[in-house]
Amino acid sequence: MAPFELPQSGTVAYALVFLVIGMGFGAALEVSGFGDTRKLAAQFYLTEMTVLKVMFTGIVVAAVLIFASSAFGLLDLSRVYVNETYLWPGIVGGLIMGVGFVIGGFCPGTSVVAASTLKLDGIFFLVGAGVGVWAFGETVGGFQPFFLSSSMGRFMVPELFGLSAGMTVVLLVAMALLMFWGAELSEAYFGRKEEWARMRKLPRDPRKLAAAGALLGLAALTALKGDPTPDATWHRMPLAVRQLVDDRAVFVHPAEVVALRQDLNLKVEVLDVRDERDFNLFHLGGSKRLTAAEASSPDLLRRLLAQPATTVTFLVGNGEKEALEAWKRLKAQGVGNLYVIEGGLNRWLELYRVAECVAQPAPGKPVGEDGMAWNFAYAVGERMPASWPELPVSHRFRSPCEPLHADGGAGHHGFTWPTYEYPKKVKLQRAVAVKGGCG
Amino acid sequence: MSQTTKGPRPYLNPYLGGTLLGIVLFLSFYVTGGGLGASAAISRVQTGLLDLVAPAHVDRVAYFASQAGGDRSAWLHYSIYMAVGTLLGGFVSGLFNRRVKLEVRRGPRVSVAARLLLALLGGAIMGYGARLARGCTSGQALSGGATLSVGSWAFAFAVFAGGYAVAYFFRKLWT
Repeated sequence: MAPFELPQSGTVAYALVFLVIGMGFGAALEVSGFGDTRKLAAQFYLTEMTVLKVMFTGIVVAAVLIFASSAFGLLDLSRVYVNETYLWPGIVGGLIMGVGFVIGGFCPGTSVVAASTLKLDGIFFLVGAGVGVWAFGETVGGFQPFFLSSSMGRFMVPELFGLSAGMTVVLLVAMALLMFWGAELSEAYFGRKEEWARMRKLPRDPRKLAAAGALLGLAALTALKGDPTPDATWHRMPLAVRQLVDDRAVFVHPAEVVALRQDLNLKVEVLDVRDERDFNLFHLGGSKRLTAAEASSPDLLRRLLAQPATTVTFLVGNGEKEALEAWKRLKAQGVGNLYVIEGGLNRWLELYRVAECVAQPAPGKPVGEDGMAWNFAYAVGERMPASWPELPVSHRFRSPCEPLHADGGAGHHGFTWPTYEYPKKVKLQRAVAVKGGCG
Repeated sequence: MSQTTKGPRPYLNPYLGGTLLGIVLFLSFYVTGGGLGASAAISRVQTGLLDLVAPAHVDRVAYFASQAGGDRSAWLHYSIYMAVGTLLGGFVSGLFNRRVKLEVRRGPRVSVAARLLLALLGGAIMGYGARLARGCTSGQALSGGATLSVGSWAFAFAVFAGGYAVAYFFRKLWT
């Protein structure tokens, strides 16, 4: 998305933006002849390949522009809507639409344009499409499992083939150019009935060759530049997002984390960015370790992006630095409801202590930095009440050594953590408001 | 180009037209974060009309309720604004190129009545398929294709496959 924000939904300016884009869309279809059903239907009899040429030129030009501007930092791809993949419903729907195309001679977009130039068949098609979508709404309840099947979320061709986005675009342009060449041959042979032996088979028009070269060149440049790294993307995030770090709005007080973990309406996930040794010594209850490899894997990103809006994810390190780096990386890729635990586990252990014989402050290690500021006698993992301060049982526990608060006998103690004051910082956000073309 | 005749101007070279389309599509992504589309608007107009005559029914059927259930409005949606723009843009372009004319375009061997009936039928099939596929040729193939969505590419090839598979049986309609 552009480095500026769209006007607020519901305002006149918002409606105008879409109106103007729609006008460009309608005009582009109309000047290409998509209001004429004969031109469209001819595609399926190989006599005129206008549909294929216009559609794939449109796709390829847009794809090159999108991925080039992403590579060169003009566009944040994570905020661009990518149609979610529901493989089989899409394929079956596509087959049905192919049949409808041949019978009706339009697709929905082109029928709108045909109707706008008063083609009666376009208007009838639109009315028919209205009936079709109504019938779908009435019947989809009967095959909901199929409609929701083979859902793969935001799944892009580069991921499928394990290529960079730039490289995929190069191959896409090459494929489109080959298809155009085939289309020209098909038009000459089936459309103009030229003899195969006498046909001029190689494209010679210098303008077409120049345009093809320019497109391929820009795609190649995109591939050479490479996909933007999360680091580069972070530096291009809107100022308001980067301001969150400076304002410390992303750092959440441990007591707020504890309070959120008690909230049954929320799912609180803690991702621990420390190494295995520190993780084994002590970690928060139910937290998962996030290795460097996992942090940059598409699987994690996909999982985080697919989480419902009631999930809050915290990143935690010993201090704040490492966790903040991970936060920036994930934030740059569009993960919402993501925070860092203030002061990391070093500070956590100050507020929610473990017994003195288990861990003591390490002399000379400042709490605020990465690196464990506590010396553990042995690894406790998440077996200490300090890992679960939100649980009532953590308030009554048997100390492994001397009681923390010497108030008499050993054994189970009535014990409460102090109540800490904290500024509330977690604000639940709905998933980023990216929307689809046909939603 | 000097035009002395009153007939419609010729259509643009398809590659130029496609380039225009691609630029509009890119700008849509650049400004709004989303692509182009048409079938969502058709769906919303349909739900909006249904909501006028049978609001209780709209509230009961999940698919319609998601668009216009309760006090939700089916009309105030970006897809509708875009569709109004598409109508306007097509009309202005048609006007400029002298192509706005009340007429029926059809294959050489088809009567007007048959063409209109088949347009209605094809439209219904298309509308059903477009909702099943979660988007039409513009919303899925064009927008999803440009953002390299796997599902959109599978969809685009399926549309062509479906069309070519039955084209032979309907050849009398168009050739």
